[in-house]
Amino acid sequence: MKTPARPLNATRRELVVGATLVGGALLVGCSPVDLLSAGAAKHDFGAFGPFLKIAPDGAVTVVSKHIEFGQGNHAGLAAIVAEELDADWAKVTVEQAPAMAKVYGNNGMGVQLTGGSSAISNSWGQLRAAGASARAMFVQAAAQRWRAPASEIIVRDGVVSHVVSGRSAGFGELLADAAKIAPPAKPALKDPKSFTLIGTERVRRKDSAAKSQGRARFTQDVQLPDMLVAMVAHPPRFGAKVAAYDASATAKAPGVVAVYQIPTGVAVLAHTTWAARQGRDALKVGWDETKAEKRGSAQMLAEYKALAAGQTPPEGLAWQSFEAKGDMAAAKGVVFEASYDFPFLAHAAMEPMDCVAQVGFGKAKLTFGSQGQSLDQLNTAKIVGMLPGAVEIETLFAGGSFGRRTNFQSDYAAECVHIAKKVGKMRPVKLVWTREDDMAAGYFRPMAHHAVRVVVDKDGYPLAWRHRVVTASIMKGSPMPSKGLDDSTVEGVMGSPYLKATPAVDGQVIMPESGVPVLWWRSVGATHTAFVMEHTIDQLAAKAGKDPVDYRRALYRKAGATRHLAVLDLAAAKAGWDRPANGWSRGVAVHESFGSVVAQVAEVKLVDGQPKVGRVITAIDCGVAVAPDQIAAQMEGGTCYGLSAALYGRISLRDGAVEQTNFDGYRVLRNSEAPTVETYILPSGNPPSGVGEPGTPVIGPAVANALLALTGKPTSALPLVQT
Amino acid sequence: MAIILDVNGKASAVQAAPDTPLLWVLRDELALTGTKYGCGIGQCGACTVLADGQPIRACLTPISSLAGVKIATIEGLGGAHPVQTAWVAHDVPQCGYCQSGQIMSAVALLAKTPKPDDDAIDAAMDGNICRCGTYQRIRAAIKDAAGLAPAQPAA
Repeated sequence: MKTPARPLNATRRELVVGATLVGGALLVGCSPVDLLSAGAAKHDFGAFGPFLKIAPDGAVTVVSKHIEFGQGNHAGLAAIVAEELDADWAKVTVEQAPAMAKVYGNNGMGVQLTGGSSAISNSWGQLRAAGASARAMFVQAAAQRWRAPASEIIVRDGVVSHVVSGRSAGFGELLADAAKIAPPAKPALKDPKSFTLIGTERVRRKDSAAKSQGRARFTQDVQLPDMLVAMVAHPPRFGAKVAAYDASATAKAPGVVAVYQIPTGVAVLAHTTWAARQGRDALKVGWDETKAEKRGSAQMLAEYKALAAGQTPPEGLAWQSFEAKGDMAAAKGVVFEASYDFPFLAHAAMEPMDCVAQVGFGKAKLTFGSQGQSLDQLNTAKIVGMLPGAVEIETLFAGGSFGRRTNFQSDYAAECVHIAKKVGKMRPVKLVWTREDDMAAGYFRPMAHHAVRVVVDKDGYPLAWRHRVVTASIMKGSPMPSKGLDDSTVEGVMGSPYLKATPAVDGQVIMPESGVPVLWWRSVGATHTAFVMEHTIDQLAAKAGKDPVDYRRALYRKAGATRHLAVLDLAAAKAGWDRPANGWSRGVAVHESFGSVVAQVAEVKLVDGQPKVGRVITAIDCGVAVAPDQIAAQMEGGTCYGLSAALYGRISLRDGAVEQTNFDGYRVLRNSEAPTVETYILPSGNPPSGVGEPGTPVIGPAVANALLALTGKPTSALPLVQT
Repeated sequence: MAIILDVNGKASAVQAAPDTPLLWVLRDELALTGTKYGCGIGQCGACTVLADGQPIRACLTPISSLAGVKIATIEGLGGAHPVQTAWVAHDVPQCGYCQSGQIMSAVALLAKTPKPDDDAIDAAMDGNICRCGTYQRIRAAIKDAAGLAPAQPAA
């Protein structure tokens, strides 16, 4: 399907057709990208294509299709281009791409979205080609100018040279000629052995100075002429609606400009943030809670446990098998049983959700930390009545996300668009959520309950593994076609090397629904599955009287899990696993997620009855290590994020209302509680795999395993510290 | 009546009502957006600025209490402050949203305790949350800025 070149306004009929097409096209397997791009303006990317700009002064700008919200991808993406281009790394800067799925789509997803720890891996071939292509154009331009064979031209640190004749020129000097050369159809890529930038400590962040000087621009910082700030009074329970409201006091508040009812509540617009806040506080809203979720989290958990224990599921809900092999009944031996409970978790990014939107004159522009530009375009288009490709998005830095900044509804962005539509005339509206708004809004890591029953042989190794998972589906509401099973609920159990090494397996999942919106949360299914598998394995090893590292080694060998074995060996060696730990208890855990395998050894002790984590030795196999220092940073940060959840993370609901409102109730890891993470990267020639998430799920079970070794007591529910 | 605030060595007459928290005056009226909103209740430290050298939470401090007080924000450090230089050398920031507050807390710590030990760092920095988990590098950068040897991993 060709992108129609037409006015940006869509008729209502076209939109209905469009919405049906998007859904329908997905169902019949047609790429959604053409449909999402409908209405997009034509764009001239210049001589070097959409990912690379070179200025007359030789400055190199790499265009990132991925948002930078901490994970360091801008450094890695720029390094990939710079390596193949042989640019001067000091002169490379990064610019954020516009929303344009056809050009800037995630190669693993089609749509433009940053997630699944895929920024580097999906861009690897694309950006190498972009850099190599431009390099070939400069070589050709130099060869022509100097009448020398192209094979004798070399490029190094942004300087093109012909050694034989002693001539050299910078990219800037050759720019006009190079831009006229046709890009090679298949540019020759470097042999990774000759990389001079990738994999070195020279690959550093490009945004550290701006972020250390208060200059980095976040959504929260956007100030535009005539801009209004909006705050919204939200319902106290999921699914409640505005019944009636009284804005008489709000209207009198200084600085308040307007009050509008929108689908998600009542919006107060003012000239400043504080005025909007005060205006909102003065609102009186009555809520219609007839369709609201009124169950508490304790009740939901009790329902989960009853299902796992065999209670007949209600109408419309059924168990689904994700793994079945061997003869379960034939397995005879000692039986081990355990169950595990996991609470809802908030992402609690430092920057509460926010968005700037302008709507009017048949146009729409969003300026914010957009994580899933294509979804945000689609949801905006539906609200405004236009074609998705025509929705302009300027993506800014975001103050963290951990998954929160994209979902199928574009919740907070859509709320801002609703308000901006009321305001109209392309007048900028900045929606600001308070921390309390952010924490009560849901899109939590779903609650989960696992029940495991393992029959072991005389040596203590699994013969039969029965696994039941009860958790809500994250993919519900996805426009993607569903095959019934939501893999994200069981990933990490499904595909586990321990199950590969077990002759008989019966794994089933059931996905109850509730009014609580749930979402991917840094490392998604692995946030609970890694804990269950790794803590179960340590308990099995303990029952068998075997060392947990040796026990894992035996199972990895049986499963042919060579990468697991390699990172485990590396972490154990670096931790000095075979030597005493000077008063610390050690726990080990290993987990594969997003294509990478991480092993950690955590050193833990109890201080005043509370777990204190000291050193965490981390080994990762993430394929080619593009930006080693940023991989270490992600292991450090991912470990803190996972440890924060394991120790303290819990969102609870009372009668459907979220009980935690801010960081006083939702405790998170602080500086003095942070471990010292040592990162060791396994050398690899494989293409890069994920880094942003795989460091998160391993620390929880590593700490629980250290506590098991210390106290003999297993953990059956998180968080470890009940406050 | 306008309140006069001394921010980064410059006197500014601000229009906001006296009970307005400093944070929103800095951000919305003085366009000093380096100081961030994170929680609004003094729990996270993202809004940390210095008042006569002492770290305060701008989200909780009404401007009426700041007459005659010298306020310093991240923008006032100039960019080449030793703490900022150390932050860049260690690539401390990830998302970066909390870092202005972290840096202001660290600046206040080092002004009072030029060679802080671990307990002093704990005490000064535990009020600043970083959800990206840059704590390890924050500690290393503080020690670096203080001219102390980088932290050795525990044996």
